[in-house]
Amino acid sequence: MANNNYNLWHEFKKGLWQELPPFRLILGMCPTLAVTNSVINGVAMGLATSFVLLSANISVSLIRKIVPSQVRIATYVVVIALYVTVADLFLAAMFPPISKALGPYVPLIVVNCIILGRAEGFAQKNPLTPSIMDALGIGLGFTLSLALMGGIREIFGFGSILDIKLLGEWFEPWIVMILPAGAFFVFGFLVALTNYLSKRKAAAPSGH
Amino acid sequence: MEVILIFISASIVNNFVLSYFLGICPFVGVSNKTESALNMGLATTFVMTLTAAITWPVWTYVLVNFNIPFLQYVAFIIVIAALVQFVEMFIRKSSPHLYRALGIYLPLITTNCAVLGLALFMVLREYNYIESIFFGFGTGVGFTLAILMMSGIREELEFADVPEVFKGISITLIVAGMMALAFMGFAGLIRG
Repeated sequence: MANNNYNLWHEFKKGLWQELPPFRLILGMCPTLAVTNSVINGVAMGLATSFVLLSANISVSLIRKIVPSQVRIATYVVVIALYVTVADLFLAAMFPPISKALGPYVPLIVVNCIILGRAEGFAQKNPLTPSIMDALGIGLGFTLSLALMGGIREIFGFGSILDIKLLGEWFEPWIVMILPAGAFFVFGFLVALTNYLSKRKAAAPSGH
Repeated sequence: MEVILIFISASIVNNFVLSYFLGICPFVGVSNKTESALNMGLATTFVMTLTAAITWPVWTYVLVNFNIPFLQYVAFIIVIAALVQFVEMFIRKSSPHLYRALGIYLPLITTNCAVLGLALFMVLREYNYIESIFFGFGTGVGFTLAILMMSGIREELEFADVPEVFKGISITLIVAGMMALAFMGFAGLIRG
């Protein structure tokens, strides 16, 4: 499957920093804010989204020459909705507690702009292999971002990571971190941090 | 009485934007001018009320009746997309002035997760038809309220001395966090 026209590694890597979905592209904000009150929820949401993203990218890339362009958005949305149904039923059957914790946010993957964005912006113009790499990269970037958000909020809000108590009895949990307001604050500061890092990178191009 | 409680709960106490994080994309994207924020809010309110009015019968009489609830997401998203398209055509014919004012905001509503979220919550909470319509309308009013307040704050922020890296999205989110804290003050208004 060697495809010399595409730098596959680049398609994968760009999802991890250059086009990191929540913090650089500001896409997919609802799940990033809503389900990240603990690491495990964030990771589960990230993986479910990655699965839908990968399947959608594969399907869209395969049917890209058959679908008339007037109805393409509607087609993609229906394709995405089908995969989301699969992911939702799978979670409910295999991991009932996680499915319960994520609640209606699993079906809301349908309207996650990242997935439609990748289908419209990448998969419909590119063959299968680069589309798969693109989905894997963006999916991994998204999952890591959610895990980071979840980690920050869990450690300040409960004093633990993955339900393991890290901070002792002396630690007074910051309740605000697990409330909606905390999600906005953490997200705001992480966006500022990525702005800062990318500015510094641009200022010193010779570095890495 | 029950419907008024649902309306207040959806619009203020459990505001979709500030406590369920639904509809964040337009909330951040279209809130830099008060006028466009108001138009977006009104268009969304209109679509939300209609969505509640149409998805409820679709759910009750089609999906439950024929025992195919697993098609819920596909059915709802098709209903919403068709509805938005229909509303757009209708407004274009009946009121070209309003159509120009709403412009690009109408198609964007399809991907507003608050609209799909509304339909899902409506099913989860087992509202009846009248309650669903008030729930949809209340959610729209709550969205309009949040986006309008945010646009007012952002217009003032233009003159504030914000550190360079916090400009734009970042400061908007932090302000939204403060608004979410302020809205928590309404929590005592309604139980449950």
